[in-house]
Amino acid sequence: MHELSLCRSIATIVRRHAVDRQVTVVHLTVGQLRQVVPDTLVYCWAVVNEGTVCDGSVLDIDRVPGQLTCDDCGARTTMEELHVRCGVCGGTRVRVTAGEELLVTSIELAEAG
Amino acid sequence: MGRFHRHDDGTVHDHDGGHAEAVGADDMSGYETGAERVVVLEAIFGENDRVAAANRADFAAAGVRVVNLMSSPGAGKTALLRETLVRLQGRARVGIVEGDIETSLDADRLAGLGASVALVNTGDGFGGECHLDAPMIRSVLPRVPLHELDLLVIENVGNLVCPAEFDVGEDAKAMVWSPTEGEEKPLKYPLMFRSAELVVVNKIDLLPFLDVDMDAFRANLARVNPAALVLEVSAKTGEGVDAWVDWVLGG
Repeated sequence: MHELSLCRSIATIVRRHAVDRQVTVVHLTVGQLRQVVPDTLVYCWAVVNEGTVCDGSVLDIDRVPGQLTCDDCGARTTMEELHVRCGVCGGTRVRVTAGEELLVTSIELAEAG
Repeated sequence: MGRFHRHDDGTVHDHDGGHAEAVGADDMSGYETGAERVVVLEAIFGENDRVAAANRADFAAAGVRVVNLMSSPGAGKTALLRETLVRLQGRARVGIVEGDIETSLDADRLAGLGASVALVNTGDGFGGECHLDAPMIRSVLPRVPLHELDLLVIENVGNLVCPAEFDVGEDAKAMVWSPTEGEEKPLKYPLMFRSAELVVVNKIDLLPFLDVDMDAFRANLARVNPAALVLEVSAKTGEGVDAWVDWVLGG
């Protein structure tokens, strides 16, 4: 249940950028190799933001599939399942080159009242 | 789009590389007060990772090797550490940071073996967190005599999910898995098994009594972490513990 900690970190970042403006949408990029449960994240987001500028804001989560780059054959393959090996040559000298993202990409602010 | 954007109070802020654009394309002139989309591009773990870097710098300056030890509850981290401390008495100066949600039970089990033990109860001021993060480790460092240590082991909160997400500034992550947990665990908790450089298989004295398929465990581990080292030990009988002790010292 680190979604609660995650939401606190996200809220800290968002409030710093919102500077007292009402936040309507928070866009996140979350790699599929992260053990983040989107529904739990959304629930925790509502809990941590009661009474703040983020109260009522929507979390928009963009999931990025895992991608491996092979050090042997150079191929870049998307991970269809969780199996750390090259999708082309089957080698295991691979690096994870996408899918571990955990970013606040942008926020949408309401019109100032 | 630049590095700055203007707020309704007329001030212009630098958002560390972020930039702003108006959401309503027909309302560019009034975007100080209109609805607005602000590009942020900040890592959610950015703050944790900054503190982890500060921890790592302090560890390096003191010349101490730091190992973050993780597992599910009951895999035998504390039993393994007891055996480790017994073997390192007079050989290396060891510190332990003991992370638990509540109680000093594990810290008490490690007392009297020559190590400096500092306890972090995550239920006490940290909101009952299920993991240790870099700021928690930072907060305990005043109680850790880094300059008098060769090795610091951070015994994380027993949990196969959350601790894997948080860099605390360690040199290496290791985990303990015990055969009673089942051979499928690497597939169920891939982030944890992928984050560890070393997987210690503890309680091998129990293998004759269990149906666990060790070949399947190794195959499952290889699926998620083909580079993982595996050491088989029994903290109870002492079998294999010397090899772990060599690894934990950096050998």
